[in-house]
This record gives sequence, structure tokens and C-alpha cells, in this order.
Amino acid sequence: MIRDAEQSGERVPVLAVGGRERRRRRWLALLREPGTVLGLFLVTSLLLAGLLSPWLPLDDPTKINLPERLLPPSTTHLLGTDHLGRDTFSRIVHGGRMTLLAAITTLALSMTIALTVGILSGYYGGWPDTALMGIVDLLLAFPSLILALAVAGALGPGLFNVLLAAGAVWWVGHARIIRGVTLSARQMEYVTAARAAGAGSRRIILKHIAPNILGPIIVIASLDVGWIILGIAGLNFLGLGAQPPTPEWGAMLNDARPHLQTEPRLLLLPGMAIFVAVLGFNLLGDGLRDLLDPRTAPSRG
Amino acid sequence: MGAYLARRLATLPLLLLGISAVSFALLNLAPGDPAEIVLRQRNPGQLPSPAAVAAMRVELGLDAPLPVQYVRWVSRALAGDMGRSYVTEQPVAAQLARRTVPTALLTAAAFAMALLVAVPMGILSARRRGSAVDTVARLAALVGAAAPSYALAYGLIILFAVKLSWLPALGYGSAAQVVLPAVALSLAPMAQLMRLIRASMLETLGQDYIRTARAKGLSEQTVAFRHALRNALLPAIGATGVNLGYLLSGAVIVETIFTWPGLGQLMVGAALTRDYPVVQGFVTYIAVVVLLVNLAADIALRVADPRLRFGRDET
Repeated sequence: MIRDAEQSGERVPVLAVGGRERRRRRWLALLREPGTVLGLFLVTSLLLAGLLSPWLPLDDPTKINLPERLLPPSTTHLLGTDHLGRDTFSRIVHGGRMTLLAAITTLALSMTIALTVGILSGYYGGWPDTALMGIVDLLLAFPSLILALAVAGALGPGLFNVLLAAGAVWWVGHARIIRGVTLSARQMEYVTAARAAGAGSRRIILKHIAPNILGPIIVIASLDVGWIILGIAGLNFLGLGAQPPTPEWGAMLNDARPHLQTEPRLLLLPGMAIFVAVLGFNLLGDGLRDLLDPRTAPSRG
Repeated sequence: MGAYLARRLATLPLLLLGISAVSFALLNLAPGDPAEIVLRQRNPGQLPSPAAVAAMRVELGLDAPLPVQYVRWVSRALAGDMGRSYVTEQPVAAQLARRTVPTALLTAAAFAMALLVAVPMGILSARRRGSAVDTVARLAALVGAAAPSYALAYGLIILFAVKLSWLPALGYGSAAQVVLPAVALSLAPMAQLMRLIRASMLETLGQDYIRTARAKGLSEQTVAFRHALRNALLPAIGATGVNLGYLLSGAVIVETIFTWPGLGQLMVGAALTRDYPVVQGFVTYIAVVVLLVNLAADIALRVADPRLRFGRDET
């Protein structure tokens, strides 16, 4: 896919510029799209807040302080306090860290499975391919959140179990895409040449096929983070994942349910946080997709 | 078409068997002894004695090897008996049946809303590409795709039920009570459909036969609605499976929030209490629904698109 884009770029040279210069311009083109810039800004802020939250001058997000419960926003508590007197701002920022860690873990887990299944399937073909793709079709037909719910239900409540459940269901569609890319890369002449030169499967996969997969992987991953955040926060909201007092956005929403009538702020703030994070990753992902893969990536339910 | 249909129908039971076997294995291989879970559910706070656990294992048929248990489960399920809930001791099949109508009502209402908004907006947005309408529609689609249904649901409750008191927030029974949960549920499929229809309408409007139609002197209205729209809607039918996924996944959360007595609420309760027979029954039931709806969508697509009918059958 990337090769296609580069080839067409070479065919219609606007200016005679070197490869590095051209690449730099393509990346700069990202910054011309206001949506992408907003996405980049949101994601960067989220990453910074997530990375730095333990060292920021914030209240302890789990410290219970009953005399100060349900305080409205003020200079000491920027976003007020919750039903146990915990600082909401601090919980939102620490929740972002938790959300990011959870999303990255799930992404790594599902990508590992997807890469293994997709490359094995696409490279070797034959009956492993038929069997693996049969499983993929089976799981693809099934709503992923419900599948994750079933896995989480089997494993019992807990944040780690939710991550396992999400990772276990999220790889399915990606395995198919990676298989397709592997399949077309395998038929390239340079792969045949490498094989003729005596390269083993391992070397061919790592040196000649993997670089082809990198572009689609970046696009899939960046479009995925938003979905993963939504899904995990959803499972946490249902009470299957992070347990109190862990600051996590979905769990915070769940915690605040009894205060719907009196303190809507406690529900709206974590809800907004999830929304902004997902929006940021989606915008950035859309921009990266337009840059790296002009063909539209599929969406999942 | 006949051969295609026959093959699809023949693979249905195999797929069902596959899904139910996967979930059966998963539930039974997961850490924790179901017999102990049942005893803990029935006598909260007490540590069950090893003798009681052993007796319960025999009572639940858990002493047999796993494949035997699965075969037993399948043969009973075929006869309409999906076992009893560990927690309520109610028959699972009856519970699923009772909760189907509320979920079907909710998802149908949400899907209708999604279509009613997404189709005209998608068309308008494509026909006036780059206009203010297009920009607003695309922004709305972005927001709709990123808004978590749970947060949105609470936003709706706070605004329309708590602040304005226009609509009831919770419960099931009257038409007014459908509105808020259906709106909350419709947003994800609405956003997806709108993007899809806009994209496919734009693609269709760039086709040669559209230029021909315009060259013939047909009005823009006729070109858009008689020539372009019919083709542009095909991908929307193709995306039925994806949207059903959004609706069913969303229903799990929305039903929990609005205390809607549907399948989703049942499943969440079962997952939280590790009520394995209910989880297993629910997963199998949803698999049946998903497979049948996907089949219906495929047939509809073939009816609507002659190219698929006369082309070589896939899979």
C-alpha cells in the first residue's frame, strides 16, 4: 500500500526533491489538516499528562477525605470533589494514565496475536490458513464487546482480566488485513529473488515481508486506540474491570451513578474525558491513514 | 442463488457449533470452579465445604469430562433446554425469550432513528461537498463515533429528564421511555452509516453513467435519486453486520443504564456473577441472531445488486 503511494508520487514529481525531503513534506502535509492538528494536540496532551501525572502537583487520587465530599469546583479543587472527597481533577488526570496504559497493553496483546495469525496464514497458506481464517470469520461475525464481556465474565472481574478479554477479541479483523498484506508481499519479485538466493522463511518474513506490514500496522493501531479506549472504559463502567478506588474513567462513571440527580458533574467529567481522548486518537488516526494508506481502513462494531 | 443459499444454510449449524464450543470451552477452562461459584452465590459470605462442592459438581454434571458435558449441553439445547441460571435457578431459555422483545424494540427504534438521520444527511453532505452542511454533517459523524454511549446516555438523562423533565429517564413500558435509550444507542450506527453513505454517494456521483445521465439533460434531482442513490445504498446494506454489532454491543451498556429489561442487562448481570449457563445461552443466542441477520443482509444485497447474482459465488 505504501509502495503504491510512493510509486505514484515518483511518477508525478512536482518538484525534484530527494527521498528524505519528500518524506518530510508528506509528514508536514499532516499539519495542514486542522482535524489532524487537533488530534495531535489532544493525543500529545493526554500522553504528557499520563506520563507526568505521578510527578504533577496533584492530590492523591485515592485519598478519602469525607469532610470535603461533593465540593463544587474551586481554586483548591479545580473540578470539585467526589462522594468520598477525592479530588476529581486529580482522578481524571490519573485516570488518563490508567486508560492509556490499558489501551497500550490491549493494543500490544491484540497486535501480537494478529501479526502471528496474519503472517502465518498469509505466508504459509494451506490448511493452517484455512483453519485460522475460519476462526477469524467465526469471531468476526460476533459483536466484539459481547465477546469481550463473555471472556471477562469467564475470567471474573478485574482490570487485567478486562485487558485480556479485550486483547483476545480485538485482533480478529487485523489478522485478516495483515494476512492480505503478507499474501501480496509474498508474491513480490524480491521475495522470490531472496528465496532463490537461499534465504530461509524466517529471514524472508523479517527482512522482506515485515516492512510491508509496518504501514498498515501504524494506521490500524492509530485508528484502534480510540475504539479500545471506548471498549475498555465500557467494560470498566459495567463493573467488570477496574475496581474502586482505582482512578479509571469508566469506573469513575460507574461510581458516580448514584449521584446522577444531584452531582451530574461527576458523570459528565469522566464522560467528557473519554470522549476527548477517543476523538483525539480518531482524528490523528484519520490523518495518518490519509497519509499512509489512501484506501479506507475498515471499521468494527 | 439457490445453490448459494443452500451452502450458506448448510454452514450455519457448523458456525453455531463452533461459536458455542468456543464459549463452552472458555467458560469451563477459566479459573474458578463453577460449583463453588454457585454455592457462594446461594450462601453469600460462607466458605462452601469441600463435600458440598463435590455434591454440587455432581448435581451440575460437572464431574463428566468436558467433551461429554458439551455434547450433553448441545443435545439439551437442541431440545430447547439451555440449563438453569446458577443465581436465580430460572431456565435460561425462558429468560432469553422473555428479554428478547424489549431488546428487539430498543434496537429497532435505534436503527430506524439512525437510518432516518444518516441517509438524508449522507446524501445531502455528498451532494453539497465542501458546503457548510457537509462540514456540519462530517463533524457530527466524528463526534458520534467518539462519544461513548454510556456518557451520552447520562448526558441525555441529565438534560432531558433531570433538568428539563421532558422525558422519563428510566424504565420500560411506555413509548416515551423508549426515546432516550434509543437516541443513545442510535448514535454509533448513525455516525458510521452517515460516513459510509456520504463516501459511497461521492464515489457513485463520479461514475461514468452519472455523467451520461447528466449529459442526457436529466435534472440533478433525478440523477441523484434515481441513478446514484440506488447504487450508493448498497454498501449500507453490506454494513448491516457491522451495525448490528454496534447495536447489540451498545444495547448491553444502554440497557444497563436505563434499567431496560432486555438481553443486554441479563448478560451484564450474568457476567458480573459468573453465571455461566446464562452467559453460554446468551452467546449462543446472539450468534444465531447475528448469523441469521447477516444471511438476510447477504440475500438482500444479492437481490439489490444483480452483479453479485450473476457473478461467481464467493466463499
